[in-house]
Parts: sequence; C-alpha cells; structure tokens
Amino acid sequence: MMVNLLDVISVGLFAAAIRMATPIVYAALGGMFSERVGVVNIGMEGMMLTSALGGVAVSYYTGNPWLGVAAAMATGGLLGLVHAVVTVKYAGNQIVSGTGLNILAMGFTAYMSQILWGSRGASERVAGIKDITIPILSDVPVIGPIIGTHSPLVYLMPVVTILCYVVLFRTPLGLHIRAVGEHPTAAETAGIDVVKIKYMGVIVSGMLAGLGGAFLSLSHLNLFARGMTGGRGFIALAALIFGKWMPFGVLGAGLLFGFADALQMRLQSLGILPPQIILMIPYVLTVAILAGMVGRARPPSDYKPYKRE
Amino acid sequence: MQGITKSFPGVLANDHIDFSVEKGAIHGLLGENGAGKTVLMSILYGLYRPDEGSIAVDGREVRVDSPAHAMRLGIGMVHQHFMLVPSLTVLENITLGREPVMNGFLLDRKRMHRDVKEFCDRYRLDVDLTAPVYTLPVGVQQRVEILKALYRGADALILDEPTAVLTPIEAEELFGAMRALKAEGKTVIFISHKLREVLAICDRITVLKRGRVMDTVAAEAATEESLAQMMVGRKIVYEFQKGDAAGQKPVLTVSGLKALSDRGIPALKGIDLEVNSHEILGLAGVEGNGQTELVEALTGLREAVEGTVVLNGEDITKATPLKRIRMGVAHIPEDRYKRGVVPDFSVMENLIMGGQRDRFAKNSVALDFREASSCSDEMMMSYQIQAPGKNTPLKFLSGGNQQRVVVAREFSRNPKLVVAAQPTRGLDVGATEYVRGKLVEMRDNGVAVLLISADLDEIWALSDRIAVIYEGKIVAVKPVNETTEQEIGLLMAGGRNG
Amino acid sequence: MVEKLTGAARKTLADVWRGSEGALFQVAAILLAFIVGALVLYASGYDPVLAYAAMLKGAFGDMYGIGQTLTQATPIIFTSLAFLISSKAGLFNIGAEGQFLMGAFTSSLVGIYLAGLPWILHIPLALLVGAVAGGAWGLIAAVLKARFNAHEVITTMMLSYVAAYLTGYMVNYPFKAPGWVSQTVKIAPTAELPRILPPTQLSAGIIVALALVAFTAYLLRKTILGFELRAIGLNPSAAESAGISINRGIMMAMFFSGAMAGLGGACEILGVHRRFIEGFSPGYGWDGLAVALVGGLDPVGSLLASILFGALRSGGMIMTRATKVPLDIVIILQALVILFVAAPMFIRSLLKRRRK
Repeated sequence: MMVNLLDVISVGLFAAAIRMATPIVYAALGGMFSERVGVVNIGMEGMMLTSALGGVAVSYYTGNPWLGVAAAMATGGLLGLVHAVVTVKYAGNQIVSGTGLNILAMGFTAYMSQILWGSRGASERVAGIKDITIPILSDVPVIGPIIGTHSPLVYLMPVVTILCYVVLFRTPLGLHIRAVGEHPTAAETAGIDVVKIKYMGVIVSGMLAGLGGAFLSLSHLNLFARGMTGGRGFIALAALIFGKWMPFGVLGAGLLFGFADALQMRLQSLGILPPQIILMIPYVLTVAILAGMVGRARPPSDYKPYKRE
Repeated sequence: MQGITKSFPGVLANDHIDFSVEKGAIHGLLGENGAGKTVLMSILYGLYRPDEGSIAVDGREVRVDSPAHAMRLGIGMVHQHFMLVPSLTVLENITLGREPVMNGFLLDRKRMHRDVKEFCDRYRLDVDLTAPVYTLPVGVQQRVEILKALYRGADALILDEPTAVLTPIEAEELFGAMRALKAEGKTVIFISHKLREVLAICDRITVLKRGRVMDTVAAEAATEESLAQMMVGRKIVYEFQKGDAAGQKPVLTVSGLKALSDRGIPALKGIDLEVNSHEILGLAGVEGNGQTELVEALTGLREAVEGTVVLNGEDITKATPLKRIRMGVAHIPEDRYKRGVVPDFSVMENLIMGGQRDRFAKNSVALDFREASSCSDEMMMSYQIQAPGKNTPLKFLSGGNQQRVVVAREFSRNPKLVVAAQPTRGLDVGATEYVRGKLVEMRDNGVAVLLISADLDEIWALSDRIAVIYEGKIVAVKPVNETTEQEIGLLMAGGRNG
Repeated sequence: MVEKLTGAARKTLADVWRGSEGALFQVAAILLAFIVGALVLYASGYDPVLAYAAMLKGAFGDMYGIGQTLTQATPIIFTSLAFLISSKAGLFNIGAEGQFLMGAFTSSLVGIYLAGLPWILHIPLALLVGAVAGGAWGLIAAVLKARFNAHEVITTMMLSYVAAYLTGYMVNYPFKAPGWVSQTVKIAPTAELPRILPPTQLSAGIIVALALVAFTAYLLRKTILGFELRAIGLNPSAAESAGISINRGIMMAMFFSGAMAGLGGACEILGVHRRFIEGFSPGYGWDGLAVALVGGLDPVGSLLASILFGALRSGGMIMTRATKVPLDIVIILQALVILFVAAPMFIRSLLKRRRK
C-alpha cells in the first residue's frame, strides 16, 4: 500500500482546499457577526442547509443561478430573523433556538425535496455558477493553477473577509456592533439602538451562512442533496473560535479546515483507507483544534439576553 | 423633578419625590444603600420611566425617553458601574454613538483625537486616549466617563457614588475636577452615602430615606449628625460592645502568598497575614487591590502560585474548597448572587450547601432529608430568616434575608475561621446591624474573623486590628486603638507611614 | 402580622400558579407546532386533517398501533433522559445520537461474540457494555471541556459524526456479515431482549426505560450527586464555593448522559433489531433533545413526551403509507415544538393576549 506522497499533495489538493474553505469561511464570518452582537448562532448548519435548498429551488425554476444565490441569502436571512426574534425579542435560550433551527432544517429540506423533486435524497441538477479563470494570474507557475480558476464565489471570499474587517474595525457601525456585544448597557447609554444592532447581526449571520450554502449547492455541486452541509456549520463555529473571532483569523482557520476537507476527498478517491475513516478526519481535526485552544478561547461578547427596564 | 414615583417588583424605590437643582451648583443626593438615589437619577437620565411624576429642565417640562434624549437635553451621567466597552479605546468609548466620519462611512480617527484632546485640555483631565479601556486603572476609567459626558454636551453631570472606587487622594482629585466644572458653569449632582464627602463638596444636599425625600438643606447649615439623623432616623450605631479578647491563638497564618488575577497579572504579590482566635482583623483597602483574589486564595477558589496558607497548624495551601470547609473555614462571599447562593434552589437547599456530603448525607449516595429539614427549621428560627417556607425558592427572599441564609449556613457549621467579604453590601440598615452583630458574636466565641470591607466605617466599628492592603501586599497591620482614620486612609492610597 | 400571612399566602399561590403554568407552556407549544405544521401541509397541497387523523389512528387505534408507538418511544426515552441529565448540570449534550450508536454497536458485539453465556448473564452484560461505551463517548467531550474548555455543543456534535463513521466502518469492514446489507451477523439468542407484545416489536427494553426514568428521578432529587449537578447547572460559582468540584460534576454528568444514551442503543439492538445495521437510527438522539425540552426537563415529563413523539413516528409511518405525505413532516413538527418551547415568553404573550 505504498502511496507516493506526490499522489496526495498536488496542485489540485490546494485548489480544492481553497474551494472547500469557502462555505466554512462564509458561515464562520456569519457566526462572527452574530457572536459579536452577543448572540450564539448554533443554527448555522440549518441555515446553510435550508439556503442551499432555497438556492437550488430558485435556480431550478428560473434557470438563473445568481438569482439562486440571492434566494439563498434571503433564506438564510429569514432564518436569522427567526433566531433573532426567539433570542432577542423573547429572550429564548440561544442554543435551544439554534438547535431547533437545525432540526427544522433537516426535516424541512427533506420534506421540500420530496415535494419539489419527488425524491428525499437529491434534487435534479440545476444551472450552477460556472468557474471563471483570471487570465494573468493563472499563468503564474505553481500558484497559478491553485488560485487561477475558481468559482466567483470563491474569489468573493477574501473580498467579503476584507469587507467584514473594514466594517468591524474601521466604521462607526463596527464600533457599535462590538459595543453591543461586549457591554450592551454601555451601548444603550451611548444612544445606540441595541435591539436593532442585535437583529442586524443575527440576520447578517444568516445571510452569510446562506452564501455558504449557496456555494455548496450552486457552485460546488449543481444540486441539492440531503444533509449536504455535513456538519460544516459546526466546523465553521470551530473555525470562528480558532480564528479568535477576527475576520482574517477566521479566513485562515477556514482554509485549514478546507484543507482537511480537501485532503479527505483526495484520500477517498485514492482509496488507500476505508472511506469512513477518511470522512472522520475533518471532525476529529475540529475536536483536536478545540482542545488545543486551551483557555485562549475567550469570546468577545457577553451572551446574556438584553433587557430594557 | 416633581412627584416622581417608581416601583419595581416588591419594592417602592421612589415615593412621590420632589427634587430640584440649581444651575451651576454642586448638589448632593445623600442616602443609605437602597434609599432610591440611583433609581431617581436613572429616571432623570432616561434609563427608567417613572410610574408617576414630571420632570422639567430649564423650566420646560420634558419626558426623558432614553439616555440619548437625556444627553440631548444636556444631562450626562457617570454610573457607579462604568458604561465603558472594555476592548475599545478611550477615544472610541468617548465618541461612541457620535463618531466623526470621513468618506461617508469610515471612522475619522484623526478628528476623533483632535476633538477629544480639546476637551481634555479644557477640563484638565489627563488620559491616554489610545489605550484600550480595560488596561486602565479605575480612577482613570472614571475620568474617561466624565470626559464622555462632557463631550456629549452635558451641562449637568450626575455622578453616582464616584468615590466608591477611589482612594482618598484620587477622591480629592475628583473634587478638584468637580470644582473646575462648577467654575465652567456646569451643574453637578453628587450621589453618595458618605456624609463627610457630601458636606465637603456640595452646596446643597437632599437626603433620601427609603424612597422618600426627608429634606433639602444648604450644606453650610448641616452637620454630620443632622444629616445622619435624616438618613437613618436615629443615631447610627458605630460601636459594638465587644467581649474580652482573652486567650488568643493564631488560627490563620499566611506567608508570602502570591497569586494571579483572571487576566494573568500578579494580583497578590506576597501577602503576610495572621488572624488570631477571638479577634476580628479588618482588611481595609480600595477595591481592586487584591482583596477578591485573596479571599479566593484563602477559600481554595484560586490557585496560589507561591507561599503558604496555614490553618491551625495545617498547611492548606493546596487544599480543595471542600477540604477547607471541612476544616472549619467559613466564607461570606462579596457577591451574594454569584458565589453565595443558588437563587433557584429552595431556602433549605441553600442552607445545606457545603454540607451535602457530610452532615446532610445519609450514606455515600443519598441525602438525609430529615436532618436537612430539621436543621433548616432551626436555622431559619435562630437566624430570623423571613420566608414563606423552607421550600420557597431563594430568589423570592429579600437581599437581607438571603444574606441571613448565607450567614446561617456558614456560621452553623461552627467554623474556626470566617472570611467575610463585603458582608453588608447592599443590605438595609436592619440586616446590616444583624450581620455585624453576628460577626462580633463569632469573635466572642473564639472564632477568627477576617473582615474585608470597602466601608471604612464598618472596619473601624468592628475590628480589633486593622490591616491595609495595597497593590497586592499588606502594607500595615495595627491595633485599632493605635491608629487613626487619616493614617489608614493614607495607607490605603499607598502613602507611607509617618 | 396579618400582612405577613396574606403576603405569604399570596406568594405560595403564585408559586403554584407558576408551576402549573409551566406545563401549560409545553402543551401550548405542542398545539402551536401542530397548527403551524398544518399550515405547512396545507401550503404543500395536503389535507392536514386527513394527515393528522391518519397519524392518530395509526398510533393509538389498535393494540398493534399502541405497541408500535411504545416501541418507537422506547429509544427516545433513553436519549431524552440523556439530554435531561446533562442539561441539569448546565451542559448541552447534543451528541446523544453518537453515544446511542456506540452503545448499540458495542452491545451487539457482546451479543454476538460471548455466545456461551446464559441469558441471565448475557443480557445484563451486553446492556452494561453498551451503557459504559456510551458513557465513555460522552466522557470524551467532558474531558475536553474540563481540561481544555472546549464547548461541548461542538465537541459532542463532532463526536456524533465520528461515531457514525466509526460504526459505519466497523459494520462495513471488520464485522460485516456476508451479503449486501451493511450489518453484522445476528446476536446470539441468549442476548435477545424478549418481545413482550407480539406481533409488535415492543421488547423488554421499555421496562429498562421505565426503570431508568425512576432512576433518573431518584438521582436528581434524592442523591448527593444529583444535588451537586443541579447546583452546578444553576450557579457554578456558588457550587464551587460550596466545595463542589465542577470538573468532577461535568464528567459525572456527561458519563451518565452518554451511558443513558448508550443503554438506549443497546436496548434497541438487543430488543428490536437483534443485529447492528448501518443507519438503523432515524435520529433518535435528536428526538431525545426535543422530547427533553417538551417534557420540561423532568423525568416523568420526558416519559410522556417520548410517548407523544413515539406516536408521531409510528403514526407518521402509517400516515405516509396512507396519504403519501412525506414522513419529514414529523421532523418539522418536532422542530417547531422545540422553537416554541425555546420561546416561552412568546407563548406567554400569546396567552396574555387571549386573556384580554
């Protein structure tokens, strides 16, 4: 069972790593916004999954994958709104609400899949987002093939990350967000509408999760398959912690997890180990990373529900 | 403010209060803990809405809907618990909510710096503008809060118990700043429960007692006694009859104790302390000098990095909290709700905490409910705990009664050492007297009591010896009759002897 | 004096009212969920009344239905108790599914390979091994939390996936029975939990489940450990001050939690399937979570809610066959219940509006 290392490590692997990082990074950035306003969003898995379905459904009926992406983000935002209403307006337990959304997504997506396409397993193929190639970049040796050809959504990933950074650290809105998360009473006395910012943060997290889901169903594959998010919403949370709730940290962490994902797929195709063992890799890695974060995982926010007298 | 009434579940905080302040004056709002001062000012600042009553600013009647609205009216407030976002810088905190922008949406940091610097210079308040707030000492944080209010155009400034976290020297600096503000035509409302300060700095003083206005007087016309009379309605008992302190033996010996704070910085830098039986050792010090960490190290809730803690000859430096409880260490925590009680547990369940493995255990698995029940009844009677029943959830009891539960639980174990941290904080007068009386009783019965309190009057009234903690070290230990309040105050601020 | 008495009386009355209000919330949440579920069905072109009627008839209509309902309820009782006990200690064990699988698989191994034993030893041993395996799996997350401060929501979730893949690997490679299906060989007859209501699949597992309900109630209300776990869950700082070891509490809670789920998996294999089959669990771990919440985090409540969910599943299967409504509506109903239970304030405000 001698496997040449070069069979595993290849340009394709790194390209795949970037690809597989994309949904995780989007979801993790979403989680960042939610947690920075003080709301834990465990439901990102469900938001991603439902958005993936929504995107495919719209693409199916309109033939336009970009409308599908928009629909996915809208779906995610809607679910974010639900989470916000339950946790902010009604001060419900954030973890219970998120778990409820996850379960809802599991059932709802399978249900809708059955209704729309008559199959609980997978939908039909739909129009997807085609990869684009950046001319000069892809000719650069070594790096070129790795980053030269990707889905536009992949190229959007660093852009969105930078945008998140700018918003969070260079705009008044970002200050408000951080204030609301860390010390809502102080934000209130400074005249900030705490409730509005919390809603916004959670809805944005849903939309970003939706973007991640859209990537999975409209770019990576061109269909919806049951449970296609495969725990990525949770891995995104781990990436968020590993990235210390900072945009660029999250980007880096997401790339790491994307690498694990890509590695798992490559090893599977090489068939050197049973698929189940390989499939375990990203999850075991997540646990290992969380374990390695001993004590350094101090979230930026206080997650108590905010009450006005 | 006229006829202001406000109640919360179970408590009438403000009862038809009439309160007015003249422009350009420093007006004191005096009262005991729980008299309703903060609530009244929070209404003025728009944090609460009054149930009844009206507010007029500059003669015009207004309804203050929110802090933002209050600020627009020129009212600023510096709270007892700072409203500063820890990881944001001073500049960011001050301009929060009205940040200058460039290019439409980006922060204009240069202008932020310029604008705020101007204020700093004008009011002679010196602060490092780019430091994150959590790195700053408390006195400086307070200055930031004041700057924040001024930056937002406050003409009237409400200061809520500002000296609670300051050393006597820093308090003097604050008074200087207040006088400077007055000279600039600003109005200041000074909330406090400290008679002497209020007399020293205010022009007029309003005294609140149990939610009602007792009187408003000019400072020159008032004396400590007259104010105290109004605050409490009788002379405050400052002295307790203590029994003879015979046959003292060292119970607790602490040597070279070092420990880190939550943030990893050294909080205890070599504590040497001894508490004897039949004695109350009062530990005076401004909050934040290591008291919390010391209490935690003594009770086993914080790891000692170096040094030893010896109880009756046994080294307990590495002992678990359970072991210390079993060895006779009792702990009255400074934060009742955080460490003292489980609010959702019943009174009985709270009373048996700490003893669930020993006294209240039938065997190694099950609880002994009969013993728990009869003990609870006993404790409730002898400690005068007022509650509908022992199965009532503790959260429905008043603060004073909750503290009685804590005291009952800890003292009925017949401890050898009592570590009491801010034991009367937030309690009404009756409960305060009760707790203090119990501490003296313990002392007379031979228990060693370590009393940690930010209330110098309390330390003074109860202690046999007084120690002062400053920046993680014990800087002095003196018998109470060999020192003066001035000396202690000086030591608390880091001054040297003599 | 009179004031004090009337005040005390008023307070006691308020307590009682609050207590019964609690159950009211759960019931209201369930009703709301069914209403919204009906809307979903209607919007997708199905007749909700027909669907619900088919469900009800299938679940309770006859002895067979009742038997199947209880059969479906049995594993859920286990997983709901698992979630319950962890949440009493303030932990969110959402990995009950994984612990369930580990218990199922290990007990199947005992059932297969220790064939020489008499049933009186074989069954308890298999059950014990299943419980311990589940407990160990839960303990992993506990150690990660205690030592590394890793949040148990993520770790238990991840470990669930790992358990699914691990058992999947085991049943597809080393322990695979000959044939197409990913399953092990049958367990020895001496390891089988007897069927107590033929021709339904209801096994003696329900008796074990009922015993566990009683055990959980006893543990939480009458034992030192239960007291300490509840203290940790309600106020860890105060618990620590009272000498309770938080780390030890976390580990005990997660061990018991995982063990309960593992025991459930064992009963399911020994009583119903008699071999380990890949994918045999339609998400019993998740059901358990919902049920624990609906049951108000109380052992008896969990029992009742488990029967409700068991009815949903067994009735749902009949409904699907009769009306072609996808079975997933059951999962949707479950999720709706969770969401409504998570927002008690929402229901409270609804009830207030109705009273006006």
